[in-house]
Amino acid sequence: MGRVFFFIGEGMRALRRSAAPGLASIVTVCITVLLLGVLIPVLQTTNGKTNQVRDQVGLRIFINDVNGQQAPADQVDALKAKLAAIPHVKQVTFVSKDAALGILSQRLKQDNRQDITAQLPGSHNPLPASFSVAPDDLSNLPSIRAAITPPGANGQPAPISPLISDIGDSRDDASKISGATTAIRWVLGVVAALLLVASLLLVANTIRLSIYARRREVEVMRLVGATNWFIRWPFMAEGLVCGLIGAAIAIGFLFLGKQVIVDPLANNFNLINSGHTIGFANLALVLVCVAMGVSAMGSGLTLRRFLRI
Amino acid sequence: MARRQTSELLRTRPTKPARRPEHLTEQRARPPIVEMRRVTKVYPGGHVGLEHVSLRVDRGEFVFLVGPTGCGKTTLIKTLIRELQPTEGEVLIAGRDIASLSDKKVPQLRRRIGTVFQDYKLLPSRNVYDNVAYALQVIGASRSEIRRKVPDALRLVGLADKVKNFPDQLSGGEQQRLSVARAFVNHPPLLLADEPTGNLDPNTSIGIMQVLYRINRTGTTVVVVTHDREMVDKMRRRVIALQDGHVIRDQAAGTYTADDESTREFALRLREEMGVEDEETRY
Repeated sequence: MGRVFFFIGEGMRALRRSAAPGLASIVTVCITVLLLGVLIPVLQTTNGKTNQVRDQVGLRIFINDVNGQQAPADQVDALKAKLAAIPHVKQVTFVSKDAALGILSQRLKQDNRQDITAQLPGSHNPLPASFSVAPDDLSNLPSIRAAITPPGANGQPAPISPLISDIGDSRDDASKISGATTAIRWVLGVVAALLLVASLLLVANTIRLSIYARRREVEVMRLVGATNWFIRWPFMAEGLVCGLIGAAIAIGFLFLGKQVIVDPLANNFNLINSGHTIGFANLALVLVCVAMGVSAMGSGLTLRRFLRI
Repeated sequence: MARRQTSELLRTRPTKPARRPEHLTEQRARPPIVEMRRVTKVYPGGHVGLEHVSLRVDRGEFVFLVGPTGCGKTTLIKTLIRELQPTEGEVLIAGRDIASLSDKKVPQLRRRIGTVFQDYKLLPSRNVYDNVAYALQVIGASRSEIRRKVPDALRLVGLADKVKNFPDQLSGGEQQRLSVARAFVNHPPLLLADEPTGNLDPNTSIGIMQVLYRINRTGTTVVVVTHDREMVDKMRRRVIALQDGHVIRDQAAGTYTADDESTREFALRLREEMGVEDEETRY
């Protein structure tokens, strides 16, 4: 235990005596953490948004009216069970005629055109009932469609139920959205990876410089008979402290940014107010651990060059 | 004290006696503290640092290693602490071939050999006290042990009043003495000093030599590398001369002074013979 305190004390002493290299490490770590702290939520939000868009794409199966009225509930339930049994179907939702009208008037209201639905005569509802079928993945949409309308006796596609009047054809939309979201994911992924590599190299290089400045000291320690780990621990302790301070400063800035910029906007912008992002406390914890780990490991690994006997 | 360290060193396994049957019994009892057998060191560029150097230093000896610049003195010292590995031949410390030591054991070897370097090799970020304490910290000494031994070592070299100073606040002689204190603080059985009086004035040099002499009298074997001929002649100790990587002279006998000369008498004699004024006794 005394050893642990000794090593931490040694690390702090080095920081006190030669503040410049330590300061450089702290600033580098701080910038990197800031970058990561902004990047991680942005990536998550984007990913979450594209997922939301992908989730909204599905099949819409319209159902025939029976005698101008909605089809009986037992028939509807039977069809729903059939649809749900198809492979790759994640969810089947029934939208009744009334619900469909509700959605339409809601949308028109947003555009200040509620007068359109108001013009409908009496209780007449022209909208059909429908099922919305969500696939587990966008790419499985064609196979689900094929399962609903297998080829009949004459080779033409025939629906599995006479209730089905039409299948909303969103195939083009689906493939477009699928392509776009994949591209966005790739671009963001590559950008994130490049930034991560660049920042790691930056941290590693700063640490390397600060240790290079003290290589003579390391040599002396070796010649006095210090074991490699005895030399390494103080440097790693120093790295831990630098990482901690750098990360703490960066997290302070991130918190400030969140309070001042992001939170006021969150109510107005759907994009920012996304449920998919990591909580701030968790984000801070992850960043602190990464920063301390990277700078301690960086110190330890860089030292290896100077520890050769 | 010296006896204890000698027995510690003896604990390392001697090399197979079969190699030197003529010294079998003697070898078992007390292997010389330093033994070099036809050691050759060729540097990567082809420069020959040492060529077929064989020598023996027995326990408790005070040996000078002299020769012109570039004759291989420092190379020889470096092979003794395995900072350099010889190209050929064997280096035995206390009967153990140090080439057979694993890299992990090298620090153990270096802890048992105190080394005073030509360029002092002090830790710039530590004050006088902590520089000396570091040599004890690396061997895992307790805090009370450090508190006891460091002031002793600093008193020995006359730096007791500068414990808080940093190396760059010390004069050359003081840095050199600090280096000696660090080398000696854990009372190693062998002390190597590479040009300890390299660029110091005669009076300061005598002070350093006096400290080394005092250390030698505690039973520690001392090997001093120097090109200060005058000093060597006056000290009347064994002299090994190197030239172009060869041992050209190994003069053990001659006008050896009695071992019971006190440190003070020793310094007085040196000052007198070298024509240096006797200041008040500083050390």
